[in-house]
Amino acid sequence: MAEREIYLDNAATTKPHPAVVEAMTRALTQEFGNPSSLHHKGLAAERLVKDAREAVARTLDVAPEEIVFTSGGTESNTLAIRGVARLSKGRHIVTTAVEHSSVLTPIRRLAEEGYEVTELPVDGEGRVSPDRLAQALRADTILASVMAVNNELGTVQPLEAIGRVILGHAAGGRPVYFHVDAVQAWGKIPLRPKAWGVDLMSISGHKVHGPKGAGALYVRKGVRLAPLLGGGDQEGGIRPGTENVPGIAGLGAAASLLGADLSDVAGRMTDLRDRLRRAIAAIPEVRINTPDRGAAPHILNASFPGVRGETLLHRLEMDGIYTSTGSACHSHDPKPSHVLLAIGLPPDLCTSSLRFSLNRFTTSDEIDAAAAVVARAVADLRTLVR
Amino acid sequence: MPSTFLLRYGEIALKGQNQGFFLETLARNVARAVEDLGPSEVRLAFGRVLVSVEADPEAAAGRLRKVFGVVSFSRVRDVSLDLGTVTSEAVALAEEAVTRQPEIVTFKVDTRRAEKRFPLTSMETSSEVGRAIHERLPQLRARMRDPDLLVRIELRDRAYLSTKTIPGPGGLPYGTGGRALALVSGGIDSPVAAWYAARRGVVIIPVHFHSFPFTSERSKEKVVDLCRVLAQSTGPLDLWVVHFTEIQRAIQTQVKDALRVVVMRRMMMRVCDRLAPRLGALALVTGESLGQVASQTLESIAAINAATTLPVLRPLIGADKTEIMAQAEAIGTYAISIRPHEDCCSLFVPAHPRTQPSLDETQRAEAALDTDALVRDALARSERLRITRSGADPAAIGPVSDRRAEGTR
Repeated sequence: MAEREIYLDNAATTKPHPAVVEAMTRALTQEFGNPSSLHHKGLAAERLVKDAREAVARTLDVAPEEIVFTSGGTESNTLAIRGVARLSKGRHIVTTAVEHSSVLTPIRRLAEEGYEVTELPVDGEGRVSPDRLAQALRADTILASVMAVNNELGTVQPLEAIGRVILGHAAGGRPVYFHVDAVQAWGKIPLRPKAWGVDLMSISGHKVHGPKGAGALYVRKGVRLAPLLGGGDQEGGIRPGTENVPGIAGLGAAASLLGADLSDVAGRMTDLRDRLRRAIAAIPEVRINTPDRGAAPHILNASFPGVRGETLLHRLEMDGIYTSTGSACHSHDPKPSHVLLAIGLPPDLCTSSLRFSLNRFTTSDEIDAAAAVVARAVADLRTLVR
Repeated sequence: MPSTFLLRYGEIALKGQNQGFFLETLARNVARAVEDLGPSEVRLAFGRVLVSVEADPEAAAGRLRKVFGVVSFSRVRDVSLDLGTVTSEAVALAEEAVTRQPEIVTFKVDTRRAEKRFPLTSMETSSEVGRAIHERLPQLRARMRDPDLLVRIELRDRAYLSTKTIPGPGGLPYGTGGRALALVSGGIDSPVAAWYAARRGVVIIPVHFHSFPFTSERSKEKVVDLCRVLAQSTGPLDLWVVHFTEIQRAIQTQVKDALRVVVMRRMMMRVCDRLAPRLGALALVTGESLGQVASQTLESIAAINAATTLPVLRPLIGADKTEIMAQAEAIGTYAISIRPHEDCCSLFVPAHPRTQPSLDETQRAEAALDTDALVRDALARSERLRITRSGADPAAIGPVSDRRAEGTR
């Protein structure tokens, strides 16, 4: 393998920040108490959890009591969706065709259990229309779940407008809960759940240099959720079980690192991503799938006709460059990504797509080096498939 | 207290002057199979292998079940050759069995008298012991066919009693049949073929053709995991991972697409043909099954076979896919084989491969390839991994240069 590694798969996961590792190590080696214990060791652990809760709440501009710690994005999404359904009378749920599987699967499972589900289509950039969403809402709609940033394309959804539509609809009768999967958005674009009328918002630690297995769900004050698990009264009874204190401490440290300078960081990432976009776009026949405007700063998705995404991925890996394909290719059955199909990409372009995703420490040197290798690799692989 | 097992072997009993070699190998393999479980003792006695091991009997049985050459085995109690002792032990065993499984209503006693100094014949012993069991457990009825409970008594140097017979894999002791290279892809068939060859005593050296970046690192991982399963029966294996990328590349650019698969298989044969003598291997083992895919028609097999002078063993040649799948399931390789990763063969398969390529046209199609240089280069960039039941250790052997490989000739 190459001596130099350029990690451009940050939408999959990020490298934990040293401050995160330090916070977790402390929680594992020193403050190892159970927050529920009455003695000092318990109190010390409880403080770690409390500090983390405040740090996470600050990033969303919400109250600490509105943060429920979970094991990550999948649990947050499932808890939001099933938690609302269990306590609501209506039978209808609205979502989009481009959601992450951790939203689509719980919702489809509810559909099997008798709920009616509307999966809204998206435009060629992967964006859902607030007007269409307005038309889909019914008297018995209980939940609308729309992601903030699409994980494959980087497309940002018009959450503010959607929030207005939902509030307007609810004004007449029963409320429609608004859930946002913000796993790819946290630390990349400003998130203001209060201002947008969001009731539930999922975030995950490991996408922002925090640990895997630690995430949170913002639950607006006054929203009631049925817990997925039975047990003690941790996390207000919504998420029972002894707190994952090391994970939560790491999540808190990652949240603190997000700081107040999001626009600086996002601006720098956008510049680098656009630098990569220009270099990739210069390769013959390439199709850039990430929209020019209204995309998160860290994702670039492109299709390379004539080259299989998986092969290109492994070819780049030989030069130490780590990326991701949109689709899981099986030997005789390359299954194109549902997101790329939803934006109308032909199946062969879906299976020849690659996702590059940056982090806030990515450098222009890395981008230039990666772009040069991609151009070389694509040319090389194309000579093999005529 | 150690548990004692009595192992029965089949075919070895028919061997002539070299029977000793087969039995010693079997005993050594049995000892190795259980060595990490606890202190053990293995000995040959009166046409059986006896193993005592201080370990969980279930764990020990799990290991013995995989030893080639073992036809069946039982966990036994051994007592002195005395009718009274044998009878009371048999009654005790029957009582235990009935306590464990109250649904038992019929039984049979089966005696084998190898030690003819024992005063009663086999039949007499069986009926004597049977009567005693019925006296103690009157609810049990004797039944000769398909009894719920079979009490087996073997009268040898001591008396060995058991109530359960567990099937072994059969075959011949591993290591008694020479060496062969076994071509292993990540698919269902090739590990089963390798297993069959190994079951006939052949030491297998698995060879995998790796085409990174056209196939993923995970497909290699899959082969390692398949070899770990085989290693449960064979002991440590040396897996050769041949760097096949440049050969694939050459075929892809220089051979017309309908014949690429046949040429690719011929290149695999050539690599093995060069590797085999260095490793003392006398044959190749493949997972081909007649007519299964385009490269397994008789015409294709003939064209592929012509690239090597070594005998090619094809244990699955007459098996149907469903039979192979069932066998893979039984061996324990199936779940690994169906993991969704590309193997070397699937990525480069053209849409319409020739099903009846002649040797002549195949040779013309590959004329542009510098086969010698390609094979040399592929072997020079290959690596060897030492695979045990618990994992792979690249450090133990590591990548080998062509020269170092030559040295082991």
